Amino acid sequence: MSKFGKKSSTSQEIPTAALPDIIFMLLFFFMVTTVMREVELMVRQDLPKAVQLQKIERKSLVSYIYIGEPRKTDLYGTEPKIQVNDVFVEPKDIVRFVNTEKDKLDEVLRDQITMSLKVDIDTKMGIVTDVQQELREANARKLLYSSRKLVEDI
Amino acid sequence: MAKNKKNRPVAEVNSGSMADIAFLLLIFFLVTTTIANDKGIGMLLPPKPDPNDPPPDITMNQRNIFKILANSQDRLLVEDEPLEDVTKIKDMVKEFVLNFGNPDADDILVYNSLPSTMKATVNTVGKRPDSSDGPGEAVVSFKADRGTSYELYIQVLDQLNGAYNELYAERAGISVEDWRIIDRKDPVQKELYDMARKGIPRAISIAEPNKIGG
Repeated sequence: MSKFGKKSSTSQEIPTAALPDIIFMLLFFFMVTTVMREVELMVRQDLPKAVQLQKIERKSLVSYIYIGEPRKTDLYGTEPKIQVNDVFVEPKDIVRFVNTEKDKLDEVLRDQITMSLKVDIDTKMGIVTDVQQELREANARKLLYSSRKLVEDI
Repeated sequence: MAKNKKNRPVAEVNSGSMADIAFLLLIFFLVTTTIANDKGIGMLLPPKPDPNDPPPDITMNQRNIFKILANSQDRLLVEDEPLEDVTKIKDMVKEFVLNFGNPDADDILVYNSLPSTMKATVNTVGKRPDSSDGPGEAVVSFKADRGTSYELYIQVLDQLNGAYNELYAERAGISVEDWRIIDRKDPVQKELYDMARKGIPRAISIAEPNKIGG
């Protein structure tokens, strides 16, 4: 009898003091592994699939150029457009864009800037070539054709 | 009794809501972020032509150029023959690059450094005089039209890179997957990388597309 009496006097609560720590751990995990979405996409993006992919070595050296059909076709038409930093640009503005991106980097790293081209698969090569010519003009020669992984069926 | 009552409020800080605050932050980050999944096919553009320099006169032998043309209807012309299946390009390019039709001294060095399996392949199929003179001279040229779809362009580029990666991987004696993630900052892996690429340059030339749809 006395034994049961003793037991009932112990605390019934589950200790929840460690719960915030667990949640914080999850929080830090997501904070580290994710990147903020920098721009709001205004073009359709259905990236091509490829096998021979390579990863970006240094994320800070990468600038993005989005090409594709505008999402708001009634406003901008159906012709593919070039988007950088939330705005549509013409091919001739690419040089200026590259130069502002280069200015953000350290002097020694400027030549290593990588342009990641995120191009929709329905785009024709014409506009992509125009952009490439401008990139040559701007001396940003490292390109990355952003693509998704193609699963080979063997 | 009175002492006990005074002590009770400072006995414990209520930290129950801490979890809620952390949850709120967690959900905020979950919603506002995307997992970085940036991968792609790398390429190096040729440097800007210097207006003072005359255009280089090309004295390359036609047999050393593997020509791929794509028109605005997404049809391919590979080595002057129409080709339907894009995935065949990889093996054709591999065969073309590893052809020792008229090898010079550097190419013979390359041949001697090949593993025995690749030597056997070269000995059976890789001595055609109408194909490339040797890996050092072989150039793959890809010319797309302005009307070619980006999808086909990437597919062909993927095949070309795949051909070279498979050659390098086989020469280094590792799998293609291992080859793609090779770390050039590590001296041991860098040595392997240089060894596999020595004498076989990744000569992929992307020609400027013509203006009119063909």
